[in-house]
Amino acid sequence: MKRYDAIIVGGGHNGLACAAYLARAGRKVLVLERRERVGGAAMTEEVFPGFRFSVFSYVVSLLRPEIIRELELPRHGLHILPLESTLTPLPDGNYLAQWSDHDQNRRELARHSVRDAEAYDEFGLLLHRMARAIKPLLGVAPPDPGSLDPRELLDLWRLGRYFRGLPEKDLHALWKLLTMSAADYLDEWFEGEALKGTKSASGIIGTLLGPRSPGTAYVLLHHYMGELDGVFRAWGFARGGNGSVSAAIAAAAQAHGAEIRTQASVSKVLVNGSRATAVVLDGGDELRAPIIVSGADPRRTFLGLVGEERLPAEFASAIRRYRFRGSSAKVNLALAEPPRFTCMPEPGPHLRGAISISPSVDYLERAYDDAKYGEISRRPYMDIILPSMLDPTMAPPGKHVMSIFVQYAPYHLNGGWSDARREELGDTVVDTLTEYAPNLKGAILHRQVVTPADIERIVGLSEGNIFQGELTLQQMFFLRPAPAWARYRTPIHGLYQCGAGTHPGGGVMGAAGRNAAMEILGARA
Amino acid sequence: MLKTTPFHERTAALCVSHAWRRWAGYVVASSYELTHEREYHVIRTAAALFDVSPLYKYRVEGRDAAKLLDLVVTRNVQKAAVGQVLYTPWCDHAGKVIDDGTVARLDESTFRMTSAEPNLRWLQENAAGLDADISDVSDDIAALSLQGPAAGAILAALGAPALKYFRVAAAIIDGIAVTVSRTGYTGDLGYEIWAEARDAVRLWDAVMDAGRPYGIMPAGMLALDMARLEAGLILIDVDYVPARKALIESQLSSPYEIDLGWTVSLEKERFNGRDALAAEKARGPAWQFVGVEVEWNSLERLYSEVGLATRLPNATWRMSVPLYADGGQAGYATSGGWSPLLKRYIALAHLRSRWARPGTSLEMEMTVEHRRKRASARVVKKPFFDPPRKRA
Repeated sequence: MKRYDAIIVGGGHNGLACAAYLARAGRKVLVLERRERVGGAAMTEEVFPGFRFSVFSYVVSLLRPEIIRELELPRHGLHILPLESTLTPLPDGNYLAQWSDHDQNRRELARHSVRDAEAYDEFGLLLHRMARAIKPLLGVAPPDPGSLDPRELLDLWRLGRYFRGLPEKDLHALWKLLTMSAADYLDEWFEGEALKGTKSASGIIGTLLGPRSPGTAYVLLHHYMGELDGVFRAWGFARGGNGSVSAAIAAAAQAHGAEIRTQASVSKVLVNGSRATAVVLDGGDELRAPIIVSGADPRRTFLGLVGEERLPAEFASAIRRYRFRGSSAKVNLALAEPPRFTCMPEPGPHLRGAISISPSVDYLERAYDDAKYGEISRRPYMDIILPSMLDPTMAPPGKHVMSIFVQYAPYHLNGGWSDARREELGDTVVDTLTEYAPNLKGAILHRQVVTPADIERIVGLSEGNIFQGELTLQQMFFLRPAPAWARYRTPIHGLYQCGAGTHPGGGVMGAAGRNAAMEILGARA
Repeated sequence: MLKTTPFHERTAALCVSHAWRRWAGYVVASSYELTHEREYHVIRTAAALFDVSPLYKYRVEGRDAAKLLDLVVTRNVQKAAVGQVLYTPWCDHAGKVIDDGTVARLDESTFRMTSAEPNLRWLQENAAGLDADISDVSDDIAALSLQGPAAGAILAALGAPALKYFRVAAAIIDGIAVTVSRTGYTGDLGYEIWAEARDAVRLWDAVMDAGRPYGIMPAGMLALDMARLEAGLILIDVDYVPARKALIESQLSSPYEIDLGWTVSLEKERFNGRDALAAEKARGPAWQFVGVEVEWNSLERLYSEVGLATRLPNATWRMSVPLYADGGQAGYATSGGWSPLLKRYIALAHLRSRWARPGTSLEMEMTVEHRRKRASARVVKKPFFDPPRKRA
């Protein structure tokens, strides 16, 4: 029987990244993926003939530049196309656009508020500095302030020294970002409702929180860390959809000798004493390795694959308390023609960027109010892109695919999710969007609706949370996923975690996978 | 799309070079003719007409208008007479320069401020509790700059009143209500004419018609850049990083560090950055902004060593060029070029104070035939060109 140094459970992009780094260091690695394809939530599928959808996650920005570099992802097929604008259509037929050209952007913002146009640059510069301040934390395993381990204390001392080195002004700003709500923070800067609505939307993605909930300002910063070619705040679309990100990482892993097996569902991690020894596949096959790395989220890893009875009680209860609360859904449309927005009816550069249905903070907060009490937002927030506008091969010539990220669609829906409720969500989304783009409804050739329950069922993300657990401060950094167990290790010897449920969290970032590999290899990240 | 200025109808027809550049979201001509040479010389021999409409312009009025501006800028605005124009920088609370521009006192309680960057929000924030009304009139006011020895005669022909250096007055030109200020960015005799945007094309025609007998020419930004270098005038984003755009501490500049210490009115009880500036004045600035001249013989030698005749830049360069003294880096030049008028290779530079005294020997980095060399240079007094007619 073939022997492996490490088995990775789950072929999501983090699992693949972890495998690639371990294989690159000469380890014999096997990746086991339950589905028929790798990628987890970063995958592309031809759902309707001729139309390719990034079914779940749909943009790239947080993918760590060092991973692109070290795994030579461009050589393995990764090509990221820039998303250069954000259009926020407004109910009155007006719009707010944010363009990548500085002059064009300033002029458009000034059309709504001259003050905002001026504040925008300063705000951008501050968040740039804050992103720089936080950035060193993303690439390293988070030290545990409660630990007496000298290595952790050394890291903590370095981190403390680093933060002391920040200018006082920046430290104050950072503290505000860590404690305030996105809406309150933005109120300090801007007056325009559409601008505040659109900016605050990045503060709520993937959480069951509203823009007025404290702590959401941090999530805003988290999304500001998107970095492409060293340029902060640049979002992109991977040619071929987000599945091509996973495919490139998988190709890199295989080039380094990693073995990837699909349709291989792991049902159990075998623990002998306090040491993980093997995984058991659905068919009953046992595969042994001294190191097992789980890319699954903390709940599935510990309460599912390992079993509570094998865990220290305190740890088990921390994992039980770790919050998921999926709140977002996807609607993917195949379109016979491009959407014609009332505010900008002709096809133009705005269709090559993001389109955001976020006319005001109130709009988002109301959307949250519905979800807070277990209902689908009657008027949801949406983040839309048209991948076929950037990469024509995503749809037949002249036709288009539209990717709609929808929030809120709470996992804990009153009465539970059903086929009827799924279609109700789809109708709500299409009806709302048709108010802004009247030709939309008539242009739909196929509609795919993915609820949080579907995300859980298909990809295995608990409660359909796209970040493997909410990105809220009580479960970030050294608390992710549980106090004292934030360094990719677990109370079970030989069992590691490498998913977004560990530091630094979700997004198609790959940092958790890389950090976990570094931890396993005993190398400094 | 970029904005076009109120003069675009005329400037576009004249711009045979099709060389445009951006300025504050507008397009303006880099040069009208195929090369900028004649446009440069006309500044020093007759009169050049520049479209300077992209400047940001604010109208500040009210009982506390002078008080507000006094709080914002470093110069003493309360002391300014009606009809006076002040050139001044303004600072953040740490005494670092945010921007520079002019403040014109149009009457007792009305001012016009010009700036390179938008400042509406900054003015509004400083106006809390004051009786001062601030309006952004950037798009409403068209501006022409008429620069050169014939500028005064042309304005007289247009019936505008004579003005002293850095004074402003209302005038009627061809039936158009304008204000005229004796200001400019060339270090020459010059005026700026401010009018309602809707009157712009008529104003352009009137000035061009009156100027034709005197040899007037429209001139673009390349010519202007050469003239302002000779005049030793600092340029934001090129010669200094404004505080709002600085990413790191070392990119910030105080007025003392960019040779604008003369504008800092420490006798004023309160203004943005006062305490920091008082402290800096007491200890002396770490950096100074000076003129540098490259020695011809040294330059010629570097070229003759590789068998070439000396090559000179034909336009002002804008980049950071290291300067050395006593075996180490003493600073960096940020603008430089050959002055066809002075026949000198000149540059504006930031130097650590100990090497900033006029006469100090330096070396400037030069790339000669793909190789980095050093040419001898020395610190010289600014402005490089300062004709008596500028103030006469």
